[in-house]
Amino acid sequence: MLEQIEGSHAVAKAIALSRPEVICAYPITPQTHIVERCAELIRVGAIRNCEFINVESEFAALSVAIGSSAAGARTYTATASQGLLFMAEAVYNAAGLGLPIVMTIGNRAIGAPINIWNDHSDSMALRDAGWIQLHAETNQEAADLHIQAFKLAERLSAPVMVCMDGFILTHAYERVEIPTQDQVDAFLPPYRPRQILDPSDPYSIGAMVGPEAFMEVRYLAHDKLLQALGVIPEIQKEFEDIFGRDSGGLFHSYRMEDAKTVVVTMGSLAGTVKDLVDDLHKDGARIGVISLCSYRPFPLDGLRYALRGASKVIVLEKSLAPGFGGVLASDVRMALQGVDTHVHTVIAGLGGRPITRKSLARMFARAERGELKDPHFLDLDLDIVRREIDNQRGQITAGPIAENILREIGPCTPKAV
Amino acid sequence: MSGKTSEQKIKFYQKGTFTVGNRLVDEARRSVQGSMERSNAITSGHRACQGCGEALGARYALDAAMRATGGQIIAVNATGCLEVFTTPYPETSWQVPWLHSLFGNAAAVASGVAAAMRVKGREQVRVVAQGGDGGTTDIGFGCLSGMFERNDDVLYICYDNEAYMNTGVQRSSATPPTARTATTPAAGPKPGNVFGTGKNLPLIAMAHNIPYVATASVAHLHDLERKVEKAMAIRGARYIHVFVPCPLGWGSASHDTIRLARLASECGLFPLFEAEHGEITGSIAIRRKVPVEDYLKPQKRFAHLFKDGDGIERIARLQRMADANIKRFDLQRDAKEAPL
Repeated sequence: MLEQIEGSHAVAKAIALSRPEVICAYPITPQTHIVERCAELIRVGAIRNCEFINVESEFAALSVAIGSSAAGARTYTATASQGLLFMAEAVYNAAGLGLPIVMTIGNRAIGAPINIWNDHSDSMALRDAGWIQLHAETNQEAADLHIQAFKLAERLSAPVMVCMDGFILTHAYERVEIPTQDQVDAFLPPYRPRQILDPSDPYSIGAMVGPEAFMEVRYLAHDKLLQALGVIPEIQKEFEDIFGRDSGGLFHSYRMEDAKTVVVTMGSLAGTVKDLVDDLHKDGARIGVISLCSYRPFPLDGLRYALRGASKVIVLEKSLAPGFGGVLASDVRMALQGVDTHVHTVIAGLGGRPITRKSLARMFARAERGELKDPHFLDLDLDIVRREIDNQRGQITAGPIAENILREIGPCTPKAV
Repeated sequence: MSGKTSEQKIKFYQKGTFTVGNRLVDEARRSVQGSMERSNAITSGHRACQGCGEALGARYALDAAMRATGGQIIAVNATGCLEVFTTPYPETSWQVPWLHSLFGNAAAVASGVAAAMRVKGREQVRVVAQGGDGGTTDIGFGCLSGMFERNDDVLYICYDNEAYMNTGVQRSSATPPTARTATTPAAGPKPGNVFGTGKNLPLIAMAHNIPYVATASVAHLHDLERKVEKAMAIRGARYIHVFVPCPLGWGSASHDTIRLARLASECGLFPLFEAEHGEITGSIAIRRKVPVEDYLKPQKRFAHLFKDGDGIERIARLQRMADANIKRFDLQRDAKEAPL
């Protein structure tokens, strides 16, 4: 049924339809509305046969999930930002144990300075934990990806993060087609665990593995994610057959026929970029867009093929590796190894800085003219940055940078860009 | 407070000990380990050190839990000696389903297993979580407290050897004052662990008002079994804190493990008691009180106390701690009240 609904609530409905058996909840903005709504759906009987556990930390949330998943229950949790980092040890552990837990990330910046708004620093920090990471472009896709995520996780016995941009998606009201229970039941079979804790067939899970076998175990974790490169499109097709909608997959291509410049991005930003690209096409520009859905595994071959006709690639990303540059951009360069295509790194939207069509258009024009430095920071106020660099150089006791800048720009609202 | 657990009037002790001989008690009250049909949660061949108190405590505890549940248990383990020495890949000593996740999350993982059993309608399958003192009183404390306050149906057993033994004997919040560890060396004007630090986890567990809390010792194996069986008859969060000497970490003889555990209780430093819903319901009275020196002297971790005259005041301070326990838990009452 088509509903005008908040992103978080659409996801909660998708979770409910997926018949979860254990949900662990710990509040952190901006994912909190999801687990709140799950709690309500359980209380009113819309989710049946499900344990909802209010835990004392994100580390406990994922640890409870590890226990319930290993004991054979379909398990869900959600987090963001500091919460994801607080559970980091358990994130690696869940993947190492091969437990098909599904977790939403309401993507948010990481402090200090503390910031509740959207960027991709959180899930990027855990990109190599062995989880499948899917990024939603819209709330419809966010809801759909959760239903797909359980199937994907359970088929491969690997955990899946569904990443959706904090506030931009989680708190936005959009039209979302909510599937029927019959559709979801036809798509998603009951969870049949590969390994289970059962007194009638006891075995040990989580034994110590030394140098004699550790390499092989890790290789198999790598291999499992490479298998996902094949399984994700299969599930995309199975989903389309039942729900009549193209959702998920490895990446989405937009106006890629004869594109000379291609913007590669992830998440909700793709919508803004596509609108702008439509406008630019009216003026004869040949710009295409690729928005990645599967960031881990990273579709190296698929991307290389999709970008074969491009002479310029602009990677537009909401993450920064300090002392290095772009995170996504470096992955895209890996896909284009040995190909003579110029790759620009554009870092944008950190900590919720708005990414406007105007700024993007200006940046694209500079890229066309070959004036873009690498990495480029979209809408960075260089005056403030230079003054603070001078300030820090000038005195040992210059004080904390973030607070100095706040003092300088005064108690006003964020600068309009 | 009275010894409500008292059941037997006449005691038959093994020579030179206060251990009741298995063959001398009536059959219903014999040890699980004395039975030909005994359960066997942790089978032999593991890599524990000679004289390991934890291996002994874990075997008795888990076997008792198996007997109490007809074998319907799932064990969860924190990282630590017990985890490492029972599962050298590709071997395992565990004859029950067993899950190890991380150092600090055993209680939460166990909560998850219990939740799965509830949702699957398999509530006859019970969950036992285990960790050492580091994994329990320090790094696992948050998850443990969460499991307690939610009253999840988990028995958590802490095997307390009073330091991080697996990593080479570093101080934990269960390390007693003056004890030498690798991070509280026996050097300087205040050698060993400092006074006035550490936490008493059984009392903290009681403050959560959970249905059952007990301390136990490998010197009182019948009592340990009884407490585990009692715990398994109760639903909700339960906690048993077992005193397990570590010959390697304490610098004691392997054959002294049981003796040291007994002396720890007989001097008053490790009181044996149980509590329900935050109220103490019973304790094991001291049969023959010994001075703390008797317990401290055979252990190299306390050797600096006896090196010269310097240790006298610190020994006296430890004695005052023991005496405070004796008073608090009424451990020197009439021996007739003493349970098995």
